[in-house]
Formats: sequence, structure tokens, C-alpha cells
Amino acid sequence: MQIYLPIAEISVNALLILLLGGGVGFLSGLFGVGGGFLMTPLLIFIGVPPAVAVGTQANQLVGASVSGVLAHWRRNNVDVKLGLVMLSGGTVGTALGVWIFGLLQALGHIDLVISLSYVLFLGTVSSLMLWESVGAIIRGRGSVATRSKLHHHTWLHGLPFKMRFPRSRLYISALLPALIGFVCGLLVAIMGIGGGFLLVPAMIYILGMPTALVAGTSLFQIVFTTGIAAFLQAVGNQTVDIMLALLLLVGGVIGAQFGTRIGAKLRGEQARALLALVVLAVAAKLAVDLVLRPEDLFSITLPGGS
Amino acid sequence: MRGVRRLLILPAGLLAGFILMVATRPDAWAQSLVADLSSHLIAITTGFTGTDVVLFGAVDGEGDVAVVVQGPEGEVTVRHKDRVAGIWINTDEIEFARVPAFYTVALSNTLDGVVPPAVLQRHEIGLDYIRLAPVKKIDKAEKLAEYRAALIRNKQRMGLYTTEVGEVSFLGQRLFRTRIYFPANVPTGTYTASVFLIRDGDVVSAQTTPLLVSKIGFSASVAEFAQRQSVFYAVLGILLAVSLGWLAGIIFRKS
Repeated sequence: MQIYLPIAEISVNALLILLLGGGVGFLSGLFGVGGGFLMTPLLIFIGVPPAVAVGTQANQLVGASVSGVLAHWRRNNVDVKLGLVMLSGGTVGTALGVWIFGLLQALGHIDLVISLSYVLFLGTVSSLMLWESVGAIIRGRGSVATRSKLHHHTWLHGLPFKMRFPRSRLYISALLPALIGFVCGLLVAIMGIGGGFLLVPAMIYILGMPTALVAGTSLFQIVFTTGIAAFLQAVGNQTVDIMLALLLLVGGVIGAQFGTRIGAKLRGEQARALLALVVLAVAAKLAVDLVLRPEDLFSITLPGGS
Repeated sequence: MRGVRRLLILPAGLLAGFILMVATRPDAWAQSLVADLSSHLIAITTGFTGTDVVLFGAVDGEGDVAVVVQGPEGEVTVRHKDRVAGIWINTDEIEFARVPAFYTVALSNTLDGVVPPAVLQRHEIGLDYIRLAPVKKIDKAEKLAEYRAALIRNKQRMGLYTTEVGEVSFLGQRLFRTRIYFPANVPTGTYTASVFLIRDGDVVSAQTTPLLVSKIGFSASVAEFAQRQSVFYAVLGILLAVSLGWLAGIIFRKS
């Protein structure tokens, strides 16, 4: 069934979009991530203008994160105070990111920056994750993750504006979560991803948060940053296609439920290794495209960014 | 012998010349070519997947017919990639003014070598003759030609410029018709369908018919809403996402 997308101004197969949403939703349920890093390149690949792909993706991620954060909320796994501090940085980062997006678009470098950010951030994080999870698998089952020390005291703890986060049992500088939120906010706007992929390791390794609270708190923050990004993209750039978002949401929501069920049967390190491989593949594909000589050295930009 | 003949023919020739002059006056042109479209509105509805429009008409005698359909004009930036530190980066660009968003041409007969390029240029008949002028003057003709070709190539890849010349077919001596295809990604706006009657290497008659491509119905309402009430649209989009996410959370909670 062909359906015309009013903002993207292309005609797509509705079933294909539903399946796409379902497939990415399945993976995001399986691994507990938003899946924006897969969806945005796929949308661009089927002909959605990059600006519309990023804007619509932000809108779709709001819905995907809401159902995730609800599940964590019920289990009381959300540190609201920490989430709000991250959000303060995230708001600034998102607003700045939307502005940078417009600027880069005008200069003709947006595609390059999107590709480079994917390769750099996703490549690095997934390599580290693969290394860590494969190590965990090799060490074999039964071995409990050993924390060498409960509390490392590094220069990070010498930063000002210290704040207590009772839920996470942390006493750290408010600048740290705000900065993490800021960086992820930037990426939400520029790359069209939720940023959970970067938030989760940053919260575990930099903030030292309890793992149980990480997923819920990061999703809590992502709901708002993606919401702000979707709002700014829709108002400022008119790049949110509500029809496309609706199709992706319906597919994604159903896919995510199946993914979560299968994911419950996977061991943590196995899931992480698989996720790392998927992300690494995406980053590698983009890296190859950056280095290989393009088929046509020329490209055109129409008014409206398509 | 031949000299005498020429003397006799002279007055007749003058008369014929006069008749020709009258006949080629603009108001007389209208009679030699009539054409119309099967539809003057292409409605982009929710189920739009591209459409055909038939252009048909009649001529008053011998001649070739050329049909050119052009879409709304706008600025287009053509960018060129170069290898910088191992990766391909846009390093140079030319901005073209008044580029037609859509262009297609159909001919009843090949015009190569029959019609002088100056005539084709004037009426923009054929991809090689579309008027594509840079916004700022470019000194290097070679560079300009390269960017111009790239613009056409990219448009062709998007399906918005014709890759091969269409066919205008004659039904008998006078009636002609051609089919113009508009793909699913056709830009909205006002188009023109120009029909040219060509005799002895020159355009002797021309007619231009407007054609509107417009979003109709639900998709039009959504696009208009997104433009005019962008704040409401943004909030609605987010609310839609939140409620769907919420709903999914509730439905799948127990099962």
C-alpha cells in the first residue's frame, strides 16, 4: 500500500515503513536502546530527505522512550533528581544542536558531519562495548563482575557545585551530569538519535551510577530531549512528518514488545556483544562510504533541504 | 531563356512573400497549432504514486511537433566533493538560479541537424538547451559546463528530468498526442506545457498551457497545518507519540 508523506513529499510503501519500525523496534527492545542510530540511516536510504529523517526520528523516539520509561518507573528505577540535572544540560545542548544543524545544512556539510559523528561516537562506544562484553563471555559464566574499588577518587570529584543524589547514592559535581546531558542533547539534534547508547556507558563509568537505575534515568532524560528536539525541528525547520512518525511508532511499539521478550532470555554480555556488533557494522559502513570515492562527485541541494 | 522566366516569376514571388508574412503574424499562428492537456490539475492525494497526463492537439499541415514540460523554478546548489585527508568532502559549489524543478521533452522526430541550436536554445527544447544560469558569474566555461552536466545528471537520477526524449505520435496527418509521466516525488507548483510546431528548421507556431501540481485532501491539510500552525503541529506530534507510547505500555503490561 503506497502512502504519500505530506512533509517528506515522497510516496512510500506503508507496509515497508511498518516493517522497518517493527524491525528496529525489535532490536531496541532486545538491547534496550532507542534504535535511532539504525532508523535515521535507513530512512535516508529509502529516500526520505535527511532533515526530515532526523526531525521525524526525534518525534518517534519520544513515543518509544515513553513506553520504556513507564516500565522502569513502575519498578522505581528512575532517579528523577539526577535526570533533571542532566536535562538542564540536555536542553541547552538540543537547542544548540538544532541551530548547528540548520547552519551546517546551509553550508552543505550536514551529511559529512552526520556520518563523521556516527563513525566517531558509535564506532568508539561499540568497539569498547564489544571488547568488554567479549572479555566477559571469555571469562565465562559464574564470574561476578568484579569492581576493583567501590569508589575511585579522580579529578572529576574535585569539580565545584557538588550535589547529593540520594536515590543513586552519589555526591558529585552537578556539572558532570549536566555536561553529559549537554553532549547527548547535541547528538539528538544533529544525528537524530536518542543518545541512550552514549548516555548509558557515560552514566555507569563517569558518574558511577548504580546499573539498575541507569536505563530508566537515561530514558527519562531522553523523553524530554527528544521532545524538545522534535518541537524545535517542527517549528523551526518544518521537518517532522507526522504520518511517517505514526507509521514508525505503530511498527516500533509492537516490535519492541517482542524484542523485550526475546531479550529477557539473553545474557547481559551476549546482548551487549550483539548490539556492539550491529552498531559497529553501521559505523563501519559509514566509514567506508566516507573513504571510498563516491559514484558521483557532484551532489545537488534543493531549496527545502531535500 | 532562364532570365525571361525569372522576370515573369518576380511579381508572383513578391505576392507569395507577402502572403507568407501575413500568415506568420502572431495572430495567424493560433490557427496552425491547437493543443490541450487531458488534465490541468495533478492532485497529490494520500495514495499518489505518480500519474500520466496526455497532451493532444492538431496542426494545420506538415511539420514536427516538440512538447516541453517544465516545473516550478528555484535555486539549486551543485556541490563538488574532493578528497581531503582521506575522506570525501564538499569543497566547491555553484548556485544556479531559476532551475526548473521538473523537465521533460517529447518530439515527433529527431531535431538534430534539422533545427539550428540557436532556435532550440531560445525555446529550451532538449536537455542540452535548458537555461541554467549561475547566480554569480562564473568565468571558467569548462567548470560551468561540468557543474551544469552534474545538475542535470542528479536531477535525472531523482527522476525529475527526462533521461530519454519522449515520443509525440501522429494519428494521421493532423492529430498528435503524447503522454507525460509525473513521478511520485513530483514537486508541487505551477508547471507549463509548451507545444512547438517546427517547419523548415524554425518554430512557426507555439502554445503554452499551464498545469498545476497540488496536494489535495488529507496530505494537503497536514502540510498546510505544519506550515501555518507549526507550534500546534509540533505539540500534536509529540502528544501523539507520548499517547501511543503510553498506550503500548498499558496494553503490553500484563500480557
